[in-house]
Amino acid sequence: MTVENGPAGAHPSTAALSRADVVHVARLARLDLSEDELELFTGQLASVLDYAADVAALDLTGVRPTAHPLPVVNVLRDDVVAPSLERDIVLAMAPSVEDDRFSVPRIVGEEP
Amino acid sequence: MSTTLGDDWEMVIGLEVHCELLTATKLFCGCRNAFGDEPNTNVCPVCLGLPGSLPVLNTGAVERAMAIGTALGCEIRPSSFHRKNYFYPDQPKDYQISQYDEPINTGGRLELPDGSVVGITRAHLEEDTGKTLHVGEGGRIHAADHSLVDYNRAGVPLVEIVSEPEIRTAAQARAYVAELRAVLVATGASDGRMEEGSMRVDANVSVRPAGNEVMGTRCEIKNLNSLRSLTRAIEYEADRQVALLDAGGTIDQETRHWDEEAGRTSTMRSKEEANDYRYFPEPDLVPLAPGAEWIERVAAGIGPLPAERRLALAALFDGGPTPAQRDQILAVVDLGLDPLLRSATDAGVPATLALARTANEVATDTDAALRLERTSFATLLGLEANGTLSATQTKAVLAVLLERGGGDPGGIAAELGFESLSSGSLAATVADIVAAHPDEWARFVEGDKKMTGFFVGAVMKATGGNANGKAVTAELARLAAP
Amino acid sequence: MSADGRSARRTAADIASAVAAGEESAAAVLDAHLAVIESREPDLHAFVSVLGDEARERAAAIDRSVAAGEPVGPLAGVPVALKDNLCTLGLATTCSSKILEGWRPPYDATVVRRLADAGAVIIGKTNMDEFAMGSSTENSSSGPTRNPHDTAKVPGGSSGGSAAAVAAGFAPLGLGSDTGGSIRQPAAFCGVVGMKPTYGAVSRYGLVAFASSLDQIGPFATTVADAALLLEVIGGHDPADSTSLDGPAPAARSRLGEGVDGLRVGLCAQLLTGAAPDVAARVHEAAEALAVAGARVEEVSIPEFDYGLSAYYLLAPAEASSNLARYDGVRYGLRVDAPDAAAMNRATRTAGFGAEVKRRIMLGTYALSAGYYDAYYGQAQRVRTLVVEAFARAYADHDVLLGATAPTTAFAIGSKADDPLAMYLSDLFTIPSNLAGHPAISVPFGTGDDGLPVGVQVLAPALAEPLLFAVAAALEVATPQEETVP
Repeated sequence: MTVENGPAGAHPSTAALSRADVVHVARLARLDLSEDELELFTGQLASVLDYAADVAALDLTGVRPTAHPLPVVNVLRDDVVAPSLERDIVLAMAPSVEDDRFSVPRIVGEEP
Repeated sequence: MSTTLGDDWEMVIGLEVHCELLTATKLFCGCRNAFGDEPNTNVCPVCLGLPGSLPVLNTGAVERAMAIGTALGCEIRPSSFHRKNYFYPDQPKDYQISQYDEPINTGGRLELPDGSVVGITRAHLEEDTGKTLHVGEGGRIHAADHSLVDYNRAGVPLVEIVSEPEIRTAAQARAYVAELRAVLVATGASDGRMEEGSMRVDANVSVRPAGNEVMGTRCEIKNLNSLRSLTRAIEYEADRQVALLDAGGTIDQETRHWDEEAGRTSTMRSKEEANDYRYFPEPDLVPLAPGAEWIERVAAGIGPLPAERRLALAALFDGGPTPAQRDQILAVVDLGLDPLLRSATDAGVPATLALARTANEVATDTDAALRLERTSFATLLGLEANGTLSATQTKAVLAVLLERGGGDPGGIAAELGFESLSSGSLAATVADIVAAHPDEWARFVEGDKKMTGFFVGAVMKATGGNANGKAVTAELARLAAP
Repeated sequence: MSADGRSARRTAADIASAVAAGEESAAAVLDAHLAVIESREPDLHAFVSVLGDEARERAAAIDRSVAAGEPVGPLAGVPVALKDNLCTLGLATTCSSKILEGWRPPYDATVVRRLADAGAVIIGKTNMDEFAMGSSTENSSSGPTRNPHDTAKVPGGSSGGSAAAVAAGFAPLGLGSDTGGSIRQPAAFCGVVGMKPTYGAVSRYGLVAFASSLDQIGPFATTVADAALLLEVIGGHDPADSTSLDGPAPAARSRLGEGVDGLRVGLCAQLLTGAAPDVAARVHEAAEALAVAGARVEEVSIPEFDYGLSAYYLLAPAEASSNLARYDGVRYGLRVDAPDAAAMNRATRTAGFGAEVKRRIMLGTYALSAGYYDAYYGQAQRVRTLVVEAFARAYADHDVLLGATAPTTAFAIGSKADDPLAMYLSDLFTIPSNLAGHPAISVPFGTGDDGLPVGVQVLAPALAEPLLFAVAAALEVATPQEETVP
């Protein structure tokens, strides 16, 4: 694996949001957008990102990112088996089941 | 050197080995971590990714990851978890919890039996996916009609061990994986069973003109589930790349799939199609920062590693083992059979005999061998060493011992009708034959060495091959002594 | 209102002590509340589901325990309205989303188990903005909830159903979740007490996640003391939540009667900037009331708060985009069929999510995507650090901070539906506490020019819940007029 997210530079990229960006993002998020929605979302997302431009433009070199509100470490559990769910209950939730497994339409493309 | 590349090209190989950890439970929930159970029976809200469920990290998995890091000479560091986002039906949350820019283990090394050293970039914790069964058209993904998912494996703890791109031949890659497997088994972190998928290998392969320092464009080969696949896939892929470059082409950076039946790799995904995984810190987990005392306690629990165990076996041979014996020692330690061998040598059995029986007869069925009672094995080899049993008889008794998991070797020899060869009956047989051949005996007593062969052969014929040659020689010498 | 309506307006503490003492049956308490629901729910739509039968069984069980002399908990027989993003074993939990329609969780949220242990009776699952994304409870697959004070107005959101239910007397207590103000803002709009605890004080296990590093479950009540009581019941360490703090629940009621004499209160300029004049006036009156009660009130400026909203609307959608990936039509909930798995995922998600959820998933996906991570997500995380540090500086000189909960009183249904940014701005004052993981509370304090309730917000450092509730109780006492019963 490669690690791509480096530390923030002083001038991070915030190019204006394009329609193509919205198409790309919808594909990543597995959402289908109609032409109208595409138009609407591009405008609405652009206005939110425009509002957030103040944050994007700050020079925060040397400021540590906060991923978590409270400084807690080493929360662990013992390696002890706990009861699993009844399979009938698990499979009853599923939209489609075959041979005690969750059934999905054919998968195009391999696992990432 | 590769068997296929000429002197003009050099391979550059980096390996990513995924190893399932031998814990009682999954990485983030208390469901059983077990292979082969009924589908979807070891699942709960957490490992099914049900709305509202939250992960809690398993101490056992962390300690096994630390043990692996220790064995590979890594620095064990404060670490954190990230989410790797991608959609796939076997991924219950549609993201994988993995370690990204802060892995638990960094910067280790693995010395291979030939003395070469491969650097370890990192060895980090992550969760496994469920298992997908493709239905229709022989279970092949592209031709499947639909797929069925079992989440028993989802959330099983993995350590991904990433090597530096320092491997230069397919044979070295194989040796690396074999040695790594032995180390993982030695730490107790893994059962090392590639055939059950508990160790899975991806290979990053590129080629470059020999002597060149610049890296070529690499391809990542997935689905290497045996040492044989690993070797074949790397050689195929290197040949493919060299052929392309020789023909004036270029290599596209891509992910390729190894087809074991067809014996070739094929494109899975190009760099352009590469996923945008949108890594970000997992907000449901807090950082992991093992203290020195904890790290030391885990390190203290690790048994001797393969390299040390090979040295210990080699030291049993006066003047050192022969090259063939070195290979046998390597195999015996890889299979974890050295404690069995040591039980025999500790009981006074010569190392040469103990190694031969362990590497040749016992190693044919590793599972049975690992269950075999050590005292039975040691006693049996003692009977062969003192001439009570012949080599052929020993092997026959050993086969029964392996089948039964142990027992009394003398009793089994009796069951097999080998009583006639107790030392008393051997002496009687030799005496009979000596009495029947007075001329030959006279020549033997006068020192005619050829007569040794005559008498041993005669005894063998009389016993149907069940006599121990050395024991016969010793008996002849005893009778001839003044 | 029926004759029993009187009982429906009683505090949880009163009800629990009456039930525990056998003076009143849990069944009667429940019936009184169900009667109020029957009369007003059709106008308000506070609930996604009213659990009449389950609640009756539960109330009967409590009455049997009381009759048998067995101990009953501190909420014996008290009806509680539960936001529909809290998992209830075997009972539909929809998050007001089509994508979860019909899903019955095979487990209870930790807070649900704690409510049961305390003798509470869950009376229904309340309406919300889909997956808690919204500030008006208009983004619901079952339609909007209306404000009990004026049914043309929104109740606020996203926990608008719980706020409206408590305000309307459907239940004396409610639970909501607060990611950027989703408890405090609807509490302000509906004229009830709403409180967001310290991050980690209440287990999130079984709370359907919106933005995991910001989400926190908290109480709604008609009184500060009831809110504190409910927090004590639901709080405390839970091994099933790695972000749950060690130790028992905050002793929320421990300083309730202490008053504010000698306390240093910072009236925060950034928590008033942009507030409507009538709202700002109530906050200043609240500050004066605290001063009269002996507090030292000083103005304080925390400029870093100005970046909070931007940071929040990058962080929360980013986490949400990942948290909501699992709704893919494979294991539970809605599936819309398609020829291959990826197309099925897309068809399901496209049909199952509403517009606001899609908008935030897209925004968050963009903020995390290659090439933009540093500019947006990474930058927002650093702003979070700035906000945390700014709070620390402010708390060096002040015990608590004071400001408005929301910039306005409740706005009209539909008035902000087409302008997401305008809607997001109603979270301006509540977001800093979420970014820092600190507790904050909204207390009703008079009304605006439109006669609708105004909420005043008190903020305190992490784990300073006892202090927070003490100040809130002082404000409650000083409220300028009798609470208007909607």
